[in-house]
Formats: sequence, structure tokens, C-alpha cells
Amino acid sequence: MRTITLPLFSLSFLLALGVASARQDVSGRVEKGGDKPFVAVPDFRATGTIAPGLMTVFNSTVQSDLQSSPQIKFLPKTLYPLRVPQVPNDLAAGEAGANAKPAPTPGFRLADWAAPPTKANWVGIGYGAEDRGLFVVFGYFYTTSPTITDLKQAQAFGKVYTGSLDQAGAVDAAHHYAADILAQFGGQSLIGSKIVFVSDRTGSKEIWLMNWDGTDQHQITKYNSISTFPSVSPDGHTVAFTTYATGYPAIQLFSLDTGRKLPFYNQRASMNAFVSFTPDSKQVVFSSTAAGGAAQLYIANADGSNFRRLTNSGVIEVEAKINPKTGNDLVDVSGRSGLPQVYKMNIEGTDVQRLSAGTGEATNPAWSPDGSHIAFAWTKGFEPGNYNIFLMDVVSKETVQLTANEGRNENPSWAPDGAHIVYASKRGRQSQIWVMNADGTGKHALTQTGSNEKPVWVNAEK
Amino acid sequence: MMTKQKATLALTALLVLGVSAGCKKKIPPPPPAAPAPIPENTAPAVRPTIAYFSAEPSTVTVGQPSSLRWSVTDATSISIDNAIGEVSPNGRRGVYPTATTTYHLVATGPGGTTAADATVTVSSPPPPPPVQAAPQPTIQEILAKQVQDIHFDYDKSEIRGEDQAILQGDASALRTVFQMDPNFVVTIEGHCDERGSAEYNLALGDRRAAATKDALISLGVPGDKLKTISFGKERPLCTEPTEDCYSRNRRAHFSAAQ
Repeated sequence: MRTITLPLFSLSFLLALGVASARQDVSGRVEKGGDKPFVAVPDFRATGTIAPGLMTVFNSTVQSDLQSSPQIKFLPKTLYPLRVPQVPNDLAAGEAGANAKPAPTPGFRLADWAAPPTKANWVGIGYGAEDRGLFVVFGYFYTTSPTITDLKQAQAFGKVYTGSLDQAGAVDAAHHYAADILAQFGGQSLIGSKIVFVSDRTGSKEIWLMNWDGTDQHQITKYNSISTFPSVSPDGHTVAFTTYATGYPAIQLFSLDTGRKLPFYNQRASMNAFVSFTPDSKQVVFSSTAAGGAAQLYIANADGSNFRRLTNSGVIEVEAKINPKTGNDLVDVSGRSGLPQVYKMNIEGTDVQRLSAGTGEATNPAWSPDGSHIAFAWTKGFEPGNYNIFLMDVVSKETVQLTANEGRNENPSWAPDGAHIVYASKRGRQSQIWVMNADGTGKHALTQTGSNEKPVWVNAEK
Repeated sequence: MMTKQKATLALTALLVLGVSAGCKKKIPPPPPAAPAPIPENTAPAVRPTIAYFSAEPSTVTVGQPSSLRWSVTDATSISIDNAIGEVSPNGRRGVYPTATTTYHLVATGPGGTTAADATVTVSSPPPPPPVQAAPQPTIQEILAKQVQDIHFDYDKSEIRGEDQAILQGDASALRTVFQMDPNFVVTIEGHCDERGSAEYNLALGDRRAAATKDALISLGVPGDKLKTISFGKERPLCTEPTEDCYSRNRRAHFSAAQ
């Protein structure tokens, strides 16, 4: 994928303002939505002899990406003006401002998009074409702000996107165009990020990897055993998981770069499982029965050496998750108060406090990238096993429910943008991987084949 | 009248005859007519005849009787070999041959000797019946039938009161197993129902297996013969969302160590 920046005359101070306010919105009230910018992107049309399906794929992918973003509100296309501009020249120069008169057939003036019923703050226009065997999209993005009367100043960006002349190329171009739009509002691009998960579609549970949009699903392990409970190092290089391949549940590490096994020394124990990496990816915390009794938390180097005990509670301690922002504290799931609850402690295993309310069972905690929230699975007042995804402010312990009446929902994991959550939803006999915005909107499934569970969003930084 | 005269005449003749015979030494009579020959002495000597000599049934299995039957004429001596010896001209005798045997009958008389054979074929015996004496169950059978699962309450790993009897039966059966094969090792698998998280259940299944092992050790089962492993909720017996299925899945199960 290549992008070329076209001549651009955007007002950088306005964008800086917009980004700042959007970031505030996301980090401060991620669960509530709120005053999001209204964005309209009418369908792009094709010029020339391009395969008819490609623009359909492009338009639906852009719409899906924008709809599933917590940064903006994507306006329904039924509200759009009838005339749709496709290139900057279609826009009537000098008529973008608030004083512009309505045209007989509205649409070619930015003011038409700002007016009811559309009421868009921003509008994206463009078109697709075939150029020397490539799929090419010209994509533009304008503010409809009435205070800006100059069309060139109103343009946030205009770019050329090229991809292969097939569906994959159209999807790729759409992801990049949508990412450029979301970047105007502080949205971090997920392009290139991947999701590790567990699938039984070969007949036994194996570790799998896919792109964040559900494409290119492929198998990493081939043990024909039980391989599950994956986690990924923050540097994105290593996936750790628990496998029965050697007889007992034990930890294994695979390189996501080479697909090969990495050295890890397992303590002699009936189980070693549930790895969490420190932010520098150099150490791991995991659960082990090495000392006998209930599984306890231990810390070790990333190869299993320098093994030290963290907890000594006498009850089950599993699912340690180290704060990715500070590295100084962790959450885990503990039986200290009976049924499993989410607890927080420092990286030494001391200063233990319960985060979850104590009712029902609370499991699967997952830190937001900024360390301010955890997503977790909670039965709350429901019967055992009826889990839903909740969000908790780690300081105030206030919770917001993100899923309801949609089967059993577990194992949330945050996208690197802090705005999306991938999770497993069992709505029938089989579990599938779903993704949603961190405010609970925009839910859609990424997998369909076999039973798929325990997704972990891989940090794209490498 | 005529009849009376003839009878009188015949009587007179007999009287004359009798008087003349009684007076033989006194008066040498003419040589009498030759008497009728005695058949034995006068007929030409014939060889004995064996009307039949048979074995019924002619085919037996080991231990089954066969009946020899015979009928012989014109013999003065009849004998059968194979330790039977002299027999009467008509008779039967039960025999119990252990292998195929040909019986040889010899009839001897003034006219010579006649022989006949009767063969009793002994077929190979049927396969021996299965050993009836108190079948000894194998270790696998003991594990499968006598060592029963221990069940647990939700989110618990303590052995329940109602499972104590099962546990004692398991301990007894396991001691038998280890007496039969001191090298045998049993794996105690800890399992959970599907409701809790897979992560917590892995650790909970580990506790269930360990609690079962500890309880068995306290009942005299050698601990070094017991391994534990948790399958969490990865290997359910059943998948129905019912309390019955949940309770069946919350178990410690015994299997032969790999």
C-alpha cells in the first residue's frame, strides 16, 4: 500500500485543536461516547472499466471502519444530499461558508452537508479507478465548518491510495483512507495489527493468528493436543501459551516473526500457565503449582529463568495481567474471597486489593493501553457462566456494561488504539471472535469457522 | 372191529422186538441197523461264522464310550484283543478308547479260525472350556469398573461426605492394582463444569486432583503411584447446560498413566 499526499492547505491549528479535544474525549469518557464529530462519507464511484464489485467492497469497508470507531459518529447515508461531489472541482468554490445560498439541488457545497438533515461536521469524497493494473482511489476529506470560507483551507487531506486490482486491494485502500480520517480525531491506526486466538477448527485447540479485520487467518501451532491461553509480548514479537503437548499443562513461547518455538524453562509442576509480559517484554508473570497447593503467581525472566514467587495466598491465583503503562502493578483473578474475583496488587505481590464488587464471578481482566481501565468478564447478578464484558475505571472502580443479551462473552483484549476491544462471544454451541468499540457499539464477528476463543490483540509496534 | 385187530397186531410185534432185544447177549442178534449219525460227528467240520462285529458309535471323543457288539457261531473260543479277552459268542462290551483303536475279534472252532475287526475312531477333543475358576479382573478392568469418579461441588475441591464411601472403594481397588503390578502408575484427572472461566478451572481441576490424591494417600494408597493432571473444562463428559451434566463434569477421574 502506497499513499501520496496531494497538495494540502489545511489549517493546522484547527486540526491540532480537534485532535486535542478528541483525545480528551476518548481517554476521559471512553465508555459514554458524547460529543463526537459527525462524519459523512458518501459512496465513492468508479471511473473507467473497473470491476464493479471493487467499489462496493471499498465503500462497505470504509463504512465499517468508521462505524466501528469510537472517535466519530458516522452519519447514515440516507441523510445525505442527492448530489455527491467526487473531486475538489465539483465543490463550488467560495460557497463553503455559512453565507452561501442554498442550491436548487444541494450537495456540491460543503454548506449543503452541514445543513439538516445531514448535519455533518466533516465530509469525505472521492472516486476509484484502474491505473496501469492497480486499484487507485482518490480520497479527500473536508470540514464543513462555517467559519472557513476557503475550499482549500477546508480540505484536511487529499491522497491517492493504490492497491492490487482485487478485493484485497480494495479493502486495503479503504482501511488506509478510513485510518486517515480517524487520525484527524486522534484515532490510532490499527492497520497492520493482528489478533492471536485459539481455534479448534482442525479438531484440536491450536493457536491461530489473523489480521485485525479478520482476514488472513492462519494456524501457528500444530500439536494436535490442547494449546490455549495465549498472550503476546508488548513488543509484538512473542506469543506465549499453555499446551498439553508434553503431557502436562506447560508454557511455551513462539516467535511471531519466525513461527518457531523459543526457549522457556518450565518449573516442575502439575501446571504452569497464563503468561503476562512486563512492558519491556523481558519478564513474565505466570501461575504455577511448583510449590504444591493452589496455583500461585511467580515472576521470571522471559525464558523462565530467575523464577521467584509473588503470592502466597493459599487459594487459586490465575490470569495475572501486568499494567502495560507502568509495569509496577498487576491485576489477577483470585479465590481470596470465595468465588473468583479480580484483584490488584503491586509487582512484588503486596498491597493486595479487590477491584471487582464481590458479587458473582469476575474473571479475564484486561488493561486498557493507558492503564486507566480494565475490561473484564463478570456474571454480576446473573447465573454462573453467564458472563458479560464490563469496563472498570481502576481508580473509581465504577463499571459500565458493554455486552448484554448476546450469549456468553469472555476474554476481552484491547486494541493498541485503546478504542476497540476484541472478545469471545458464544451465542449457541460455538464461540466466535467479535470486536466492538470500547463503548460497546459497533459489534461484529471476525471468525465463523469452528469454535474460536481467547483473542489477544497484538500490539502493532515492532 | 378192523381197528382193534390192527392195534393188537402192532402191540404183538413190539413185544416180540422187546423180548428179542433183551436177550441179545444170550443170543447174538444180527447186527442192528446203523444208528443215525450224531450231527457233530458226522457232518463235515465248518469254520466259525462271525455274523457281525461292530462298534457303535464308531467315532467318539476322548472319554466317550463306544459299544462293541458281536455275534459268532460255530466257534469254541472267541476272544477280543485290547485287554478284553475271552467273550461269549453273542455279546456287547463298552470301551473307552483314548485314541483311535482297532479291536480284533478271533473266533476259533473245530473248522478253523475266523477274525473280524471293528475300529473306534477317537476324534480330536473340542477346545477346552474357558477356565471357570474365579476370573481374575485385569488392572484395566479394575480401573474402569471398580475405581469410580469422585465428584465435587461447584467451585470446590473438598471431598464431599457422600463421596467418602466411593473414595474408600477406590483406595481398596487401587491398592489391589498396585499389588498386581507394583510398577503401575495411575493418573488422577481433575475436571470442571463449563460455567467458570477456563483459566480459573485449570487451577480448580488441579486442586480437585490433588485433594483426591491426598485423601487416597491417607487411606494407605502409595502416593508415588499417583500422578495428577488438570484438564480444567477442556475434556467434558457431557455438554448439556443442565445441573445434571454440570455435576457429572465436576469430577476426579482415574486413568492409567501414560
